[in-house]
Amino acid sequence: MCTYLTEKIAIEGSGKGADGWFGLSHATVYVDHPQHARYEHTVNIDFINPGHGPSARVAVELTEETALDLVDAIHRALASAPPGLASTAVRDQGPQIGS
Amino acid sequence: MTDDTIKAGTIRIAGHHDDDIEAYLATPMAAGPRGGVVVIHHMPGYDAATKEMVRTFAVHGYAALCPNLYSRDAPGASPDDAAAAVRAAGGVPDERLIGDVAGAAAHLNSVPAANGKIGVIGHCSGGRHAFLAACSLRIDAAVDCYGAFVVKDPPAGMPAAMKPIIGLTPDLSCPLLGLFGADDSYPSPEETAVLGAELDRRGKEYEFHTYEGAGHAFFAVNRPSYRPEAAVDGWKRIIEFFARHLSS
Repeated sequence: MCTYLTEKIAIEGSGKGADGWFGLSHATVYVDHPQHARYEHTVNIDFINPGHGPSARVAVELTEETALDLVDAIHRALASAPPGLASTAVRDQGPQIGS
Repeated sequence: MTDDTIKAGTIRIAGHHDDDIEAYLATPMAAGPRGGVVVIHHMPGYDAATKEMVRTFAVHGYAALCPNLYSRDAPGASPDDAAAAVRAAGGVPDERLIGDVAGAAAHLNSVPAANGKIGVIGHCSGGRHAFLAACSLRIDAAVDCYGAFVVKDPPAGMPAAMKPIIGLTPDLSCPLLGLFGADDSYPSPEETAVLGAELDRRGKEYEFHTYEGAGHAFFAVNRPSYRPEAAVDGWKRIIEFFARHLSS
């Protein structure tokens, strides 16, 4: 089936697409037919920046199990790093003298 | 030159609001007159598999045209990038779809040897679009291949553009061929039965075939959902249906 359902969030960071690195503005997540993966349905994630055109996209198509594993891995990686280390709040403080 | 020689390639046509949009045209080289078929691409886009369908209709004697519904949103992008961009932007508005199909039909009627008869066909989201176009425009034959959300309310969160359109049934302008999979949930056999009952109630000409052992997208030769028996029989029925309704 085509679900048509799309979760879309604003994100901050960078991605590397077919033409190199670019700044990301949004991510979309949807369960639907893949373009390439050998399954009828997958969890599809697009990291995009529409301001740079439709080809500014990093795409993945994951099985349900591995998508959930990815979510857990993100949580584990963040939990094992100092709290807030990758937060925008830290970045916005700028370089810390003596750090 | 044999009768199955065709010419195919990308052209520009006037779509909704006279927008200049890309489209893929295939025409037989044999003499006409001949009908035209508008092929409405599926949600994954204006892709190689859809263009192959366009050429197949030309081999069977029709001028066939597929408008790129994502032409405005993602000009020149690869089909998958264009589909992702349109999806992120909320999808194709129904009104624009109708305008693009009307533009494609007008173009087909303007090519040499056109007999003035127009068929529409679509798969998946294109199946819903084919029904929508046939209820909104003067069409001569329509084929809905497993179009979802014609009957049933979509799940919460669906883009505003995707509303059930069974209420348009009284306006259906032509015979309808529906090809569905018994194992499909979108649309389910229960939903297509509801649509059939409504078509009966409105006195509309239609024929539905629901294939056992087939689910959604059983025509898609490049996907695991492909079911050869259903697809081969379905193609035969499509060609017969258009031959009945699009001949001069």
